[in-house]
Amino acid sequence: MIELESGPFHIMKIHAEKIFPDECCGFLFGKEESNGNRKISTLKEVENAKPGDKRRRFEITGKDYMQAERFAAENNLSLLGIYHSHPNHPAIPSEHDRVAAQPFFSYVILSVRDGKTDHIRSWRLNDDAQFEEEIFTSAQLNPSITWQQ
Amino acid sequence: MATVIIPTPLRKFTNQTAKLEVSGGTVGEILEQITASYPDLKKHLIDPQGGLRSYVNIFAGDDDIRDLQKENTPVQSGTVLSIVPAIAGGI
Repeated sequence: MIELESGPFHIMKIHAEKIFPDECCGFLFGKEESNGNRKISTLKEVENAKPGDKRRRFEITGKDYMQAERFAAENNLSLLGIYHSHPNHPAIPSEHDRVAAQPFFSYVILSVRDGKTDHIRSWRLNDDAQFEEEIFTSAQLNPSITWQQ
Repeated sequence: MATVIIPTPLRKFTNQTAKLEVSGGTVGEILEQITASYPDLKKHLIDPQGGLRSYVNIFAGDDDIRDLQKENTPVQSGTVLSIVPAIAGGI
């Protein structure tokens, strides 16, 4: 399970809606509990560096990634995942998402339809390099959003 | 000795070690050393043809080795090498 505190949850949602119809992206930081549950306390928005069509692709630069690792180490947090949006598409990982995905990370995807967040789901790679869904939750769920688990 | 920074998603293959001190004259030699020490790391760094996987970047300091001499990039004592996974995707 991955749980976002209300602060990072709202920042992520606003980011996705502000950037629409492009794809947004960013890093998720927090702690992993001994039972494997993840609590996200901090979020960093990142510029989508994909050259060309940002409505269908996202990319994070190596320098932004290294900064994220440094930020985690300096603040005694773990870099636990990535979020990005799927404008006018469901929050299901695409083949583009799967081939570039890393083990361990949670991949939170926001489906944004016509500028409003429709639903959010989270995924992790299994040992066979296939995505499996994990439960996504937040302390302050917005009842206007349809949550799928 | 160079310092190799292991990214968070690959630390489960290095017993959760984030920094390795490794000797070697080039980036390629250092990659051979760390994949020999941590064999489970290999498939995440090296493709079946023996080259660096396309979704993995190595930075020497702030420079991507693909902009330098790739795996032949020389490594000095004190060089910091960062393994940086490519983060990308889309619909």
